[in-house]
Amino acid sequence: MRISLSWLREFVELDESAEELRLVLDDLGLVVEGIEHVGEGLGDVIVARIDEIRAIEGADRVRLVVVDAGNGPLEIVCGATNFALGNHVPLAPVGAILPGGFVIAERKMRGVTSNGMLCSSRELGLSDDHAGLMILDDLITPRVGQGLLEALSLTPDIVFDISVEGNRPDAWSVAGVARDLATRLGRPLSSPPLAQPDAGESSSPFASAGIDAPDLCGRLTVSVLRGVKVGPSPSWIAQRLQTAGMRPISNVVDASNLVMLELGQPTHPYDASSVAGRTLRARRARSGEVLTTLDGVQRELAKAGRGLGDTGEDCVIVDGDDRVLGLAGIMGGASSEINDATTDVLLEAAFFDPMTIARSSKRHSLRSEASNRFERGVDPQLALRAAARFVEILRESVPSLQWMADPLDVWGETPHVPTVVLRPSDVERALGISLSHAEVSRILEGLGFATRLDRDQISVVPPSARLDIRSGAAGRADVIEEIARLYSYRRLPRRTPSWPEPGGLTDRQKLRRHVRDVIVDLGAFEAWTPTLGSDADFDFVHPGTERVRVTNPLASDESVLRATMIPGLARAWGRNVERGTGDVVLGEIGMVFSHPLATENPRTTKGGAGGLVALQLPVETEHLTVVLGRDDDDATTAVAFWAVLADRLGLADVVVRSDESAPRAFHPTRSASLVDRASGATLGHVGEIDDQLLGQLAPSANARRLGVIDVDLDVLCDPSLATRVSHLAEVPSRYPSAVIDLAFVTPSSVHAQDLAFALRSTSELVEDVELFDVYLDASLPAGTRSLAFNIRFSSDERTLSEGEVVGAREALIATGATLGAVLR
Amino acid sequence: MTTSPLANLATQTTELLAAVHALSTFEALREAEPFITGKRSILSTLQKSLGGLEPEARRAAGAQLQEARRTVEAALEIRRSELALAARAELLESDRLDLGDVVVSAVRWPASVGHPSLVASTQRELEDVFIAMGFTVSDGPEVESDWYNFEALNIPPAHPARGMWDTFYVEMGEPETVVLRTHTSPTQIHLMEGAVENGSLPIHSVMPGRCYRRDTPDARHLATFHQIEGLVVDRGITFADLAGVIETFTRKYFGPDISSRLRPAFFPFTEPSAEFEITCTICRGEGCRTCSHTGWIELGGCGMLDPAVFEAVGIDGDEWSGFAFGFGIERCVQMRHQIADMRALIENDVRFLRQFS
Repeated sequence: MRISLSWLREFVELDESAEELRLVLDDLGLVVEGIEHVGEGLGDVIVARIDEIRAIEGADRVRLVVVDAGNGPLEIVCGATNFALGNHVPLAPVGAILPGGFVIAERKMRGVTSNGMLCSSRELGLSDDHAGLMILDDLITPRVGQGLLEALSLTPDIVFDISVEGNRPDAWSVAGVARDLATRLGRPLSSPPLAQPDAGESSSPFASAGIDAPDLCGRLTVSVLRGVKVGPSPSWIAQRLQTAGMRPISNVVDASNLVMLELGQPTHPYDASSVAGRTLRARRARSGEVLTTLDGVQRELAKAGRGLGDTGEDCVIVDGDDRVLGLAGIMGGASSEINDATTDVLLEAAFFDPMTIARSSKRHSLRSEASNRFERGVDPQLALRAAARFVEILRESVPSLQWMADPLDVWGETPHVPTVVLRPSDVERALGISLSHAEVSRILEGLGFATRLDRDQISVVPPSARLDIRSGAAGRADVIEEIARLYSYRRLPRRTPSWPEPGGLTDRQKLRRHVRDVIVDLGAFEAWTPTLGSDADFDFVHPGTERVRVTNPLASDESVLRATMIPGLARAWGRNVERGTGDVVLGEIGMVFSHPLATENPRTTKGGAGGLVALQLPVETEHLTVVLGRDDDDATTAVAFWAVLADRLGLADVVVRSDESAPRAFHPTRSASLVDRASGATLGHVGEIDDQLLGQLAPSANARRLGVIDVDLDVLCDPSLATRVSHLAEVPSRYPSAVIDLAFVTPSSVHAQDLAFALRSTSELVEDVELFDVYLDASLPAGTRSLAFNIRFSSDERTLSEGEVVGAREALIATGATLGAVLR
Repeated sequence: MTTSPLANLATQTTELLAAVHALSTFEALREAEPFITGKRSILSTLQKSLGGLEPEARRAAGAQLQEARRTVEAALEIRRSELALAARAELLESDRLDLGDVVVSAVRWPASVGHPSLVASTQRELEDVFIAMGFTVSDGPEVESDWYNFEALNIPPAHPARGMWDTFYVEMGEPETVVLRTHTSPTQIHLMEGAVENGSLPIHSVMPGRCYRRDTPDARHLATFHQIEGLVVDRGITFADLAGVIETFTRKYFGPDISSRLRPAFFPFTEPSAEFEITCTICRGEGCRTCSHTGWIELGGCGMLDPAVFEAVGIDGDEWSGFAFGFGIERCVQMRHQIADMRALIENDVRFLRQFS
């Protein structure tokens, strides 16, 4: 909201500089997003008349314009085309400095010298209009050579661009901001002059007003204005509107806008002659009704919207023939618009239910200055004051304007005004500081709250404008915020609390950190790939499965919640390959999602209005996924990466079991499950990415293998599923170990780790068994390979005798035989 | 009467089909194709021989020949895909690797170091500051119901305040009842509900996590981002404690010369609410372009828990009080590392990632 300092000064005395006021406004929660100095730097700009327009040879975007600014003809190159001979426009002569510090100098363009610049309204910082030069003839009767400021009766002004929070409907106006300032600064607040209705003929029965939907329209006032002459507004009004960012249209519309900006009450003027029966009624729109709003869009009314709680309710204003004139509080229709011939005006000033306006405005994608205010909540008591101000302003251009006696004023339901009781300790309990009753009352009364001291309690009744103040405990919090805000947050004390409960991480969080550290130690770059992907990516891995879909994605290939991070990481790797940086391991810890219909144990939670519906939600599982894309990486290095990770995580015995159970993203013959030997749980999978899939995800990575590890952290973090090594220390024997190697010709159906486990379990003397070679050769029987183990024997009690070692060796060979493994 | 050129067609077709079945490799199929259905096939020869026939006979014979051709071509296509599958199976078989047989000690490992994600490591630093101040860390789901994401946070259905968040809705249940969480605040509700259920109040916890907003990514925004949120519910907690926690955090995380200040703001779930600003980390409060010459930059929002939120989760606001605060983790990343374009964080370019340790 743009508010000028000169306008604020009409309500409260302000001697502070713009920067000083910025600090005060910020601290009041009226955040200043920008300060503009309007009319500053225009001292050098003068009025010039266009005397000649000539084409410049070889130039089609600029023309040569000869102007007179009182000192004879001046040649200027100009790119605008919106002017004609005889027009008066602003000229910044050579040497002038425009707002923003832009210095005008002599310039040579297309071989022609330009002696200054003809300006648009935006270049002068007067409005946002940049469609062409500012044509002064539209605004004033200009005189050649006159200073622009004088010609426009402009006084330099300062404009604050203030962002008003959603809970401050009262601050959405000059008067509201001024009230906050006056209270904070302890200065009196003035009121603007208001007109009185004329004595004499009463508004009724000349016109009539009614409310058929009292829950949607809480108050409808209609003022009858006669003897209106539609024309331009006086320049001070035009300037006010322009500095506030609105375009002057006509005196009637301008008065309406000015009142809205100043007091916060939107009003709507109708041409009385086009309102049947000079009657305005507020009612619910009926299904099937249509309205063409002023923006030319035809709108279907009373049509239920998407989303919770939107039943499609629209409040409309109708005339005596029950014809829809406008969407109440949002936008009018064209039929009853003010026009040049208008002489009688019905001025509507009303209160509409904020939620109804908000929903209608959202459903019709129609926002207006009026709807912005009504949906936040306009003061229900303000309507006739706003009408009085409207008349006062319109009389500036139509002094003979009549305002018929007894304006029509019909009431529906308006929000209940609560009484909030502040108990003695409430303020201190909330703010940590004790404020005197006097201080609390001064602040609240400054803001228009009525306060009454009742023993040691303060009863507080908010002003009608403060629709944000609730009742009960919530209302107390609202009132305390107002006290704190006006007292100043910066003056409130600070205390760093402490409590006996220690902080820290859960085991799960510690493990997550540990996993992250280990993969980085092992050379992984931690990636962040998209949670939302395409159907195609989903189908690569889970074809035909139910998926979790977003209803309003930003792009169609970002509409499905990922069920695995593999495609995302493979793509990320592929892009690095394209950049020549694909020699890398990428890893990610993140959530993957399964649809409730695609999982055995869907998550159930409460949702819907009031949280009364039991909703099934997707199951979220945290995964670690690593892709290994370095030059020689493949399934083998992926297994090695996993082995080191498992070791660092203290996993007791996870078998890398080659099987066909891996998800489709894995290579069918080069992948394995990671199975906890003790629990039988599958922790994840290891291997390579399916070569055909990789061809699609990373086409530039021609024929390279991409190792991959995918681990379910939910399983990994559960010690009953992912068995940990004992925390009891094993002190190595002080007696020397005997080391032997044994090679077994082993059927390919027998897993190397199973054989190692069997060997290790054979005798108490076995200290360690480690696979050190796998030998495949045609000389071996078909369907076998040779597995060579390095085996250490030892005893805690003695040095082993040769006989004991031989015996143990025989026992191991016998164990091998039971699995079909024959000593080589 | 002359013999029809197609007299032997049935036999010839059978022979061709047999030839198709006999093809045993993809290469063989490619080589044989011209002789089976192509220009050098008996089918093409027969086609040419039809030219001498009377028009009517020619039409009949042509149709007959076309039928035979279709049969052979179909068989050829089936064979082609069978052979492709076999070739693929053979390739996979020859590529087969028993990962149980990997000799881990024999794998050569290049000497190299990885790099953590900037967001993840920043999140950890932030967590550590709060842990040292006595906070636990809590996680929550990324897909939430509207109750947790909105209503329990005092944002009722169809309330205009819901428009403050550009929400991604999930196709599940009634329209707009399931969302990708737009902030980490729903985790607060889970925590408070859980504490009420288990009788385990007080709560002192921070909640980091991934959030989503339907906002086209640009240099300053990502549609997916991370927040960290704090929640304290205890006896005797006041606004002074909130301001103190923010100040302590600011100095510990950003440095002793950076301080914080609060200014009024609006959030449906807190009252009084505040926006918190910290000394501009670029100019250290001197005033620069980044802070619009004010010396301060906005970091996040905070406030005392709104009584409506306490009511939604069933906490007695006369006995307990509390505050919440939250801010963006990417914002901290951007401030510390002065990243001009946030999208660098999601591009996973190794040249970007390797700068951070």
